[in-house]
Amino acid sequence: MINVRNLTKHFDKKQVLNDINLDIKTGEVVAIIGPSGSGKSTLLRCLNLLEKPNSGTIEINDVKLDTQKYKARDAYQLRQQTAMVFQHYNLFKNKTALKNVIEALLVSKKMKKEEAIQIGEDLLKRVGLEKQAKQYPATLSGGQQQRVSIARALAVKPHAILFDEPTSALDPELVNEVLQVIRELAKEDTTMVIVTHEMQFAKEVADHVIFMADGHIIEQGTPEQVIDHSLNPRTQRFLRQMGDESDVAAR
Amino acid sequence: MNFDLQYMLEISLQIAKYIPITLVLAIVSMVLAIIIGLVVALIRNSNIFGITHVAALYISLFRGMPTLVQLFIIYYGLPQLFPSLTTMDAIMAAIIGFSLKESSYLAEIFRAGLNSVDKGQMEAGLATGMKRVQIYSRIILPQAALNALPATGNTFISLIKETSLAFTLGITELFAEGKMIASANMRFFETYLVVGLIYWLLVILYSWIQKYLEIWLSKPLRR
Repeated sequence: MINVRNLTKHFDKKQVLNDINLDIKTGEVVAIIGPSGSGKSTLLRCLNLLEKPNSGTIEINDVKLDTQKYKARDAYQLRQQTAMVFQHYNLFKNKTALKNVIEALLVSKKMKKEEAIQIGEDLLKRVGLEKQAKQYPATLSGGQQQRVSIARALAVKPHAILFDEPTSALDPELVNEVLQVIRELAKEDTTMVIVTHEMQFAKEVADHVIFMADGHIIEQGTPEQVIDHSLNPRTQRFLRQMGDESDVAAR
Repeated sequence: MNFDLQYMLEISLQIAKYIPITLVLAIVSMVLAIIIGLVVALIRNSNIFGITHVAALYISLFRGMPTLVQLFIIYYGLPQLFPSLTTMDAIMAAIIGFSLKESSYLAEIFRAGLNSVDKGQMEAGLATGMKRVQIYSRIILPQAALNALPATGNTFISLIKETSLAFTLGITELFAEGKMIASANMRFFETYLVVGLIYWLLVILYSWIQKYLEIWLSKPLRR
């Protein structure tokens, strides 16, 4: 469960998030869509305090935090509740695929090495990379790196996984292998918040779609409501633009 | 030509006996300088108000004075203020002087090394629930070390040669021994040439070690 109340964020004088309220139920898959600069990535990064919000409260799985007054320990507690998959993977460059997956288990969860390795190997198998366990990130393709990063996120058994445009940096032919892994997770009742530009994918996996523009949540509802039958002119305009782009790409 | 090769070979061994003193000065100073430099770099990089300025002042001060002057201040000057330091031996004074000096250079090198590591590495660590200290020690420092190695190596090479200044504090190391032999035999060219060649040899040896260190550290980054 993720509850966000009256969240605001500004960079200098630019208001990036404007009084955001958000309720995500356990097991729900939420897709956040919207034009670039709409604040969707910032919102996601506020949920684990990689960006420091200016005001509002964030509650994830019983850990509640007032963003105006919190200590380093509170931030640490809140971050324990989620894991993040980044646009540029951000795998630890000095660690092998397996070590990337088990690093947090060894260091934060103080798990025994054999146990952690077992979990790591199982997770790598689940994303189809058991053979690459001993390879370093530099030797993996973008799609493989992103799959390792999903395994890394799963390893800590987070209450929710935050995906920040997980396929935006990938070559087109590698997008699907990553989406396929996320599709599998969606079937398993993993709570996920996905910032994405893949409309078709959002429609397919999301239980709930949020459309953001200019730091506001403009509209939210089921994929059918928001993506197929939106009555909001701002949403319609955005979806039309996305449609045009994918037509161009298809040609 | 007035050049005696036989003499050169004879004194080589005699001078080479002082290689250990030079190496002790260089290596101990370097280890201390790395520790101090790392701490100063981390402080300089932190956003803790006030302390970053202290770190900046430290770097500016020790980088801004000649090494020889610093050695004299420490060995000949400080005991005047603190009489208990009169018992400080010259090797200790030299090591303190060299490590303070080199640490100010290393602090800047390490800071650049730390900043060269992608910000996403810290974010990924935080997002998976690791603590900053853990992320620094396990993820960021190993990557920064590779980036900082060439410049750190240059600093060490300079330090090996700068240890020759220790003779001014009365320490008999490579250069001091050479100086004494040269005066005794009145063969300045051959003697100082031997001294210079020994320093060169040490630097070559170190460069060779650094090459393998670099290969080892960069193993994860090779495709």
